[in-house]
Amino acid sequence: MTELQARGVVKAYGPTPALRGITLDVAEGEIVAVTGPSGCGKSTLLHCLAGILRPDAGQVTWRGERIDTWSEAARSKLRRTEFGVLFQFGQLVPELTAAENVALPLLLAGTGRRAGRTVAMTWLDRLGVADLADTRPGEMSGGQQQRCALARALVTEPRVLFADEPTGALDTLAGEQMLGHLVRLSREQRTSVVLVTHEPRIAGYADREVMLRDGAVDGTGLGVDVPSPGGPGRSSGGLGLLVGDAGAGSVPDGQR
Amino acid sequence: MLLGLLAQGSRHGYELKRAHDQRLPRARPLAFGQVYATLGRLQRDGLVAPAGQDRDGGPDRTTYALTGAGRDALDLWLAEVEPPLPYVTSTLFTKVLVALLVADAGRAREYLVAQRRAHTARLRELTAVKTDPSATLDDVVAADFAIAHLDADLRWLHTTLERVADWHREVHS
Ligand SMILES: Nc1ncnc2c1ncn2[C@@H]1O[C@H](COP(=O)(O)OP(=O)(O)OP(=O)(O)O)[C@@H](O)[C@H]1O
Ligand SMILES: [Mg+2]
Repeated sequence: MTELQARGVVKAYGPTPALRGITLDVAEGEIVAVTGPSGCGKSTLLHCLAGILRPDAGQVTWRGERIDTWSEAARSKLRRTEFGVLFQFGQLVPELTAAENVALPLLLAGTGRRAGRTVAMTWLDRLGVADLADTRPGEMSGGQQQRCALARALVTEPRVLFADEPTGALDTLAGEQMLGHLVRLSREQRTSVVLVTHEPRIAGYADREVMLRDGAVDGTGLGVDVPSPGGPGRSSGGLGLLVGDAGAGSVPDGQR
Repeated sequence: MLLGLLAQGSRHGYELKRAHDQRLPRARPLAFGQVYATLGRLQRDGLVAPAGQDRDGGPDRTTYALTGAGRDALDLWLAEVEPPLPYVTSTLFTKVLVALLVADAGRAREYLVAQRRAHTARLRELTAVKTDPSATLDDVVAADFAIAHLDADLRWLHTTLERVADWHREVHS
């Protein structure tokens, strides 16, 4: 079943076009990586899908219902209940402890303090940071903060999780562990995930990869145009010499 | 590798093969012939010595143990720093540059798309191995090694594509 769908989504910031007609389906429980060179529109697409930004043209549908035309209040409620959002830096509230941060979305939805804390504790436990429940973000490592942020994004058991470079500020092992948790938990809950990343290693955790180039889906996965043949620009001095050195013997003469 | 396995205690040839294949599940399985040939060579060099026979007897059932010299050789091998591999001699490097610089653009695109697809498919496969709940530490460590190299290849490929595209934009503008 299709959980989330974009149809011809267009978005510009003033004169700068960021998305030039993106069409994309995310199935229930599917993990989709969105990749592409810096500035290609990954974050803008994520914001449009999550209802944070409104597209200039095109449609965004969630479970068959068009959400891009909804009011800000309605979209905001959707983000609090059915969607979870996770960014590169944890955006935890610095004055609150880990448990209070994680319980926050539940309190906003009307859950009582005590019940909220109980649920928050189970999520912190699942992410292996239960011992940090009463610690404030300022006293945690980046990896610990991201795990708390992930707990907070999942505490409402959202149907779709949007993650924009969630491992961007972490070292390799912390990033791997974080992604391991993210994938395991979303599989358990059949949560769909839209995962923006520029790292092939991280995109490897997804079921499927969608690459963008200049605000459009790039089916080649290369991210740029391959230079056209012939032309004076095709032999490039320095690089050509490198090929001559490294490739000696392994390149058939006919191809030189 | 065999010396390393023998350091854990004496074993016979078949056990060594099994231990090797279990430890390095993603590596090519060892051929029996290779195990016995290597043991023969190590014995000739005095690094291993026969340490007994299983009750069933037969030449295949000889148990080998590390000698003092073998342990020294293992220590020496571990102390030696591996030269950081000169990866610029890899065929991947050559092919991508030939594709970008001299090949017909259509063919170059075809090759690059297919190569990237193969790399990402393998990377996803290995990530699945690694995140499988039943994966052992050996599985994870071996998958990590392969993934790190595929990831580096892919990042280099994209950087190169962007650099060459940039270079063309400058030359042609
Ligand atoms: N708030 C904004 N105001 C004006 N232009 C913007 C704004 N946000 C993004 N842009 C522009 O829109 C385009 C797409 O930006 P976006 O942030 O979606 O790219 P990205 O793929 O997420 O890049 P990165 O990998 O660097 O995060 C870029 O050209 C960017 O400069
Ligand atoms: Mg971005």
